Amino acid sequence: MSGSIITVENLSKRYTIQHQLNRNEGFRHVLQEKVTAPFRALFGKNGSNDHSANPQSAIRNPQLAAPKQSKGGSEDFWALKDVTFEVKQGDVVGIIGRNGAGKSTLLKILSRITEPTEGRVRLRGRVASLLEVGTGFHPELTGRENIFLNGSILGMSKAEIRKKFDEIVAFSEVEKFLDTPVKRYSSGMYVRLAFAVAAHLEPEILIVDEVLAVGDAEFQKKCLGKMQDVSQKQGRTVLFVSHSMSAISALCNRAILLKKGSIGVTGEPTEVVGAYLGDACISENGEFDLSKHPLRSKDSSPILKKMRLCNADGKPRSELFPDWVCYVELEYELKEPLRLPRVAIAIENFQGARLMTFASYFQDKKIPELSGQGKIRCLLGKLALGAGRYMLSVSIGDKQQGMLDSIDNAAWFNVNWNNNFKSGEPYYQVYGPILRDSEWEVLMK
Amino acid sequence: MTELVLEPGRAEKNYWRDLWRYRELFMMLAWRDVAVRYKQTVAGAAWAVVQPLLNMLIMTFIFGKVAGLPSQGGAPYAIMVFAAMLPWQFFSNALSNSSQSVVNNAGLISKIYFPRMIVPAGSIIVSLVDFLVACSILAGLMVWYRFWPTWRIVALPPLMVLAVAAAMGPGLILTALTVRYRDFRILIPFVVQFGMYVSPVAYSSAVIRHKLGDSLFLIYSLNPMVAVIDGFRWAILCGHPSHLPQTATQLQQAAANQALYWPGLAVSLGFIVILLALGIYYFRKTERVFADII
Repeated sequence: MSGSIITVENLSKRYTIQHQLNRNEGFRHVLQEKVTAPFRALFGKNGSNDHSANPQSAIRNPQLAAPKQSKGGSEDFWALKDVTFEVKQGDVVGIIGRNGAGKSTLLKILSRITEPTEGRVRLRGRVASLLEVGTGFHPELTGRENIFLNGSILGMSKAEIRKKFDEIVAFSEVEKFLDTPVKRYSSGMYVRLAFAVAAHLEPEILIVDEVLAVGDAEFQKKCLGKMQDVSQKQGRTVLFVSHSMSAISALCNRAILLKKGSIGVTGEPTEVVGAYLGDACISENGEFDLSKHPLRSKDSSPILKKMRLCNADGKPRSELFPDWVCYVELEYELKEPLRLPRVAIAIENFQGARLMTFASYFQDKKIPELSGQGKIRCLLGKLALGAGRYMLSVSIGDKQQGMLDSIDNAAWFNVNWNNNFKSGEPYYQVYGPILRDSEWEVLMK
Repeated sequence: MTELVLEPGRAEKNYWRDLWRYRELFMMLAWRDVAVRYKQTVAGAAWAVVQPLLNMLIMTFIFGKVAGLPSQGGAPYAIMVFAAMLPWQFFSNALSNSSQSVVNNAGLISKIYFPRMIVPAGSIIVSLVDFLVACSILAGLMVWYRFWPTWRIVALPPLMVLAVAAAMGPGLILTALTVRYRDFRILIPFVVQFGMYVSPVAYSSAVIRHKLGDSLFLIYSLNPMVAVIDGFRWAILCGHPSHLPQTATQLQQAAANQALYWPGLAVSLGFIVILLALGIYYFRKTERVFADII
């Protein structure tokens, strides 16, 4: 097809991981293997382990799928297995999946960092990755020098950088400090400069891997805006990996769900996101299992185990009504006690916009020290939301240790309309999600 | 529009073309390393000079004065030592820098594609710059001793190319090994230290040849730095020391010492080529999985 800019055919990637015994890749270990091999062969023990000599044998971070036992204390992992898809020019494709589903491996192959084990990829155009902010920056060099350095690391030619230099500087708003080493920059300036360089890349295919996870809200917005700009105005293709389902739904026109190294679902982002989150985020009875939630943020430890969305009489419900007084119950399991716990619950609409945050630390009455297992209950008060679908995010942390566990968009719930709320006139989300009481009186007749 | 196909083993075929295509990145990385090296340190360029200078002074004192070993070509012992110290310092720096280079750039390696060879190659450039800076000391020494070079000095640039080749081969092997086995981080400084005494830095290779005899000297010449150092001495030392008494026998001796010993040189040169080929082969074989194992 003439329109397809990326063609992926039967792509597979195998990693071989070593077992505990052989994980030591130290020279001493290999030396020992090599030296003792002839003796072991001589005395009929099970010969040398040829995996330690195999360049693909050691991988430090085995993400993945079903392990298959192979000979000699190592296992094969198929990070990707038979992945086939096509991307058309101008598409913004979101790639989602649990940690270890093969998203990063796929991007690594597409950006040529690692080779596939089987299959083929055809790329019709220059590929560039929007890297973590500041990769390739050197703290000792000045802003000016870093623009050139980072530009050429991202794949721009010197002439190209020179041409766009003024633009980049203007975009980054750091003119004054152009000849200061970046180690003296504030983190905001640093991020702005790094992003300014990346924003002026002009690849046919842009790969974005979770950059949005870092940086402040404003920077994230800038990134998202830039991505939209790149795809819509310039007709470029974007591959976008994110854990933010709202960003995927908002930005992409197609999505791919990876499951254990294979393609689960492809299609409209909302459908794919639905298929992905379905089990974890939807509950018939208002009880949500958080222990293995796919949306748990990357460096969280699974402290929160269960969440219940209850009405005034304490029964869990997945459908709520605007005039109900609601509770959220959280079950936790702690290895170490939290001296100054901070717990927060937030409600978002389905476009990902946050509507309200209920946090223990905004209240006078703090939560006492927590340890072991237990249950926390938060009274939300009258729900007062327009009819429609909403999402709940939860997090737990400690004032000193910071955020320990957080799950964004962990649970979905519906607010239905009933006749109990004053009139009988339905109030939908589109009027504005928050439904307030109002009083009307006639002053003049 | 250019089409790029990625499949197993494909990267191999386009390797040299890619290497050329990424020459700008190579230059940027080399420039970065040089700039950082000379910015970070207070004394900057001085460090490139102080180290070989001190080494030279100690060796001249121990080997020249205390042990009383003969110099070469009637040149002052200090100049003879320094003529070897220059390429040796380059070689040892290049070896230690390049072997660390890929590990030090792990962030880049695991995030973007480029032919990995440009990283160790770029770090050799840094050693080359240090070398050029240290050359000024040699010039200073020659002025001090009023020891004027002859036309042979023009052989230095090609000899430098030879030194780069001699450093590149072992450098690439050690780089690839360091990525896999971090033990080499500890091993390399020791090897470099050891190498300085094994190579004819503090003494003339003629002394070794005299003691070992020709056939054993050929084995000694397996050290790639023997050819490089002898070449450097040949190019620099055939000077005219203006303040030394020049008897007929001394001149004769000097002429004999100055002639290159071709069999030894050939062995050394051959070994440089073999090491370079081996280095490129092993590096390319392992670089495909750098991103996975680093």
